[in-house]
Amino acid sequence: MRKKNNTMLKWIINLGFVFISFVALFPVLGLIVSSFRPSSELIRNGMSLTFDISNMNLDNYTYIFTQAASYWEWYGNSLIISGLTIILSLLLSAMVGYALAVYDFKGKNVIFLLVLFIIMVPFEILMLPLYKLMISMQLIDTYLAVILPLIVAPVAVFFFRQYAVGLPKELMDAARIDGSTEYGIFFRIMMPLMMPSFAAMAILQGLLSWNNFLWPLLVLRSNEMFTLPVGLATLLTPYGNNYDVLIAGSVMTIIPIVLLFIFFQRYFVSGLTVGGVKG
Amino acid sequence: MSEASAAKNMATPEVTPDKKPNRKSDKKPNKFIKFLNSKKVAPWVFVSPFIISFLVLTLYPAIQAIIMSFQSVLPGQVTFIGWGNYERLLNPTFFRALQNTSVYVVLTVLVLTIIPIILAVLLDSKVVKFKTIFRASLFVPSLTSVIVAGTIFRMMFGESDVAVANQIVAFIGLDPIEWRYNSWSAMFLMVILCSWRWMGVNILYFLAALQNIPRELYESAEIDGANVFQKFFYVTLPRLKPIIIFVVTISIINGFRMFEESFVFWETSSPGNIGLTVIGYVYQQGIQQNDMGFGAAIGVVLMLIIFVVSFIQLLVTGAFKRGD
Repeated sequence: MRKKNNTMLKWIINLGFVFISFVALFPVLGLIVSSFRPSSELIRNGMSLTFDISNMNLDNYTYIFTQAASYWEWYGNSLIISGLTIILSLLLSAMVGYALAVYDFKGKNVIFLLVLFIIMVPFEILMLPLYKLMISMQLIDTYLAVILPLIVAPVAVFFFRQYAVGLPKELMDAARIDGSTEYGIFFRIMMPLMMPSFAAMAILQGLLSWNNFLWPLLVLRSNEMFTLPVGLATLLTPYGNNYDVLIAGSVMTIIPIVLLFIFFQRYFVSGLTVGGVKG
Repeated sequence: MSEASAAKNMATPEVTPDKKPNRKSDKKPNKFIKFLNSKKVAPWVFVSPFIISFLVLTLYPAIQAIIMSFQSVLPGQVTFIGWGNYERLLNPTFFRALQNTSVYVVLTVLVLTIIPIILAVLLDSKVVKFKTIFRASLFVPSLTSVIVAGTIFRMMFGESDVAVANQIVAFIGLDPIEWRYNSWSAMFLMVILCSWRWMGVNILYFLAALQNIPRELYESAEIDGANVFQKFFYVTLPRLKPIIIFVVTISIINGFRMFEESFVFWETSSPGNIGLTVIGYVYQQGIQQNDMGFGAAIGVVLMLIIFVVSFIQLLVTGAFKRGD
């Protein structure tokens, strides 16, 4: 009797997980299916469980590939901004994290505490003065304005520091005896050893900048400078008839993230979980 | 890279396998490079990006924010107005924003802690088959941006009675709901959007922590005759405490800074401010109305609230006791 109850319970739990997984996947599947439906229907009815399959077509995609030039400008901007953010922030954050891990110097602990403290300070609080600063530096509507605040990421510094603590320091002494400079040690010996942490942080920074919204919304003014989230958000108006670009375009914004996921799958979890600090 | 290698070549005096310190003898290398390469200076060169960015992009704006909050900031005309901005904060719109944000924080913290713990414990047990598939599917939503996710939810929770949400509502036997126009459903939309995106990530946090609990603890509990629930409450939960504190802390901070989950449903103005958040109010006043002094004051107050709440939370959960 007891055993029978247990198997029943197991079935219920497993079915529960099937249901929860379905709920988690449904919106994404719904988006993909909707992208093949006439946009006029979506404006009128929203996403519906019942729809005419014979109505499905590639029109939204044809439109976006042939007519929606500004969508591709946004896509290009997003790619450039995310690419630059990943390269710069990884390099600079890794340098800082590395130094905090391997060197003993005065003020080291103060700097480390500052890093931890900044993780706790929401960017949005500093947003207005930073916006003012960007205006006075005449950086409004430039890539640089979007990238600057992300360039030294405290979360990444923290992560690199934790990783670099475990690096073999004997290698440093050996390299010094061989006449290597401190910078040579970092770039030629230690950085290659830190590659797994670079992969994880590439994912974190990539996701952050690809999905970044509020700050680009402030500093980007002209349509041809918009990033994807900012551009797509302009299509969210109830009066708009741009649902074709919005829906098919939304599907295609996920592609680079999925590629990132496939290439760096092993590092994805650690990259994403340290990123919990930023929504 | 090339600079570093050049520096290396200069600092390398031919071949020196002897162990004696040979630095004194070679005077050839440039003094500046030698200075940069000293063990005292190099760490500072490495951390300089952080120091510069801290000074310019954190400290300066933080001080500016406080100064601005006491000013009336108009283009070309900045005047000190004392507590004026703070006095203006005592208005129903700000209270509404604060109320919305607080409710949102409480709900997201509860939903995004309790449910992921339960799901993670089940996923970690022997009961569930196909763990990898379940874990992966729960994780997919976190790959979407809030804008994309919001677009989807906006269509699913559309006003028409054939949109998914209202079809389900009708199936249960209720009248269709105008999701974006009721106070309670507005909050529901924001919380469900956030929960949908973050559930999988929090499950991963808890799963990672669960895997670090030694199996022997469960075995000895079993020997003592503990049942499933006793094991959960007396072994699992205490062991998960550090990660719970972590998840709650970041959920609180992320909740207070919420803006996008509201923006995707109503852009910048919702009927009766049912979707207005504190950061949304900062955006509305500071950017759209160009009243930066007032916007800064809202930000300063929010910062204080976050500090106080986080501090109380850490105190209550005893995070300070162990010295971390």
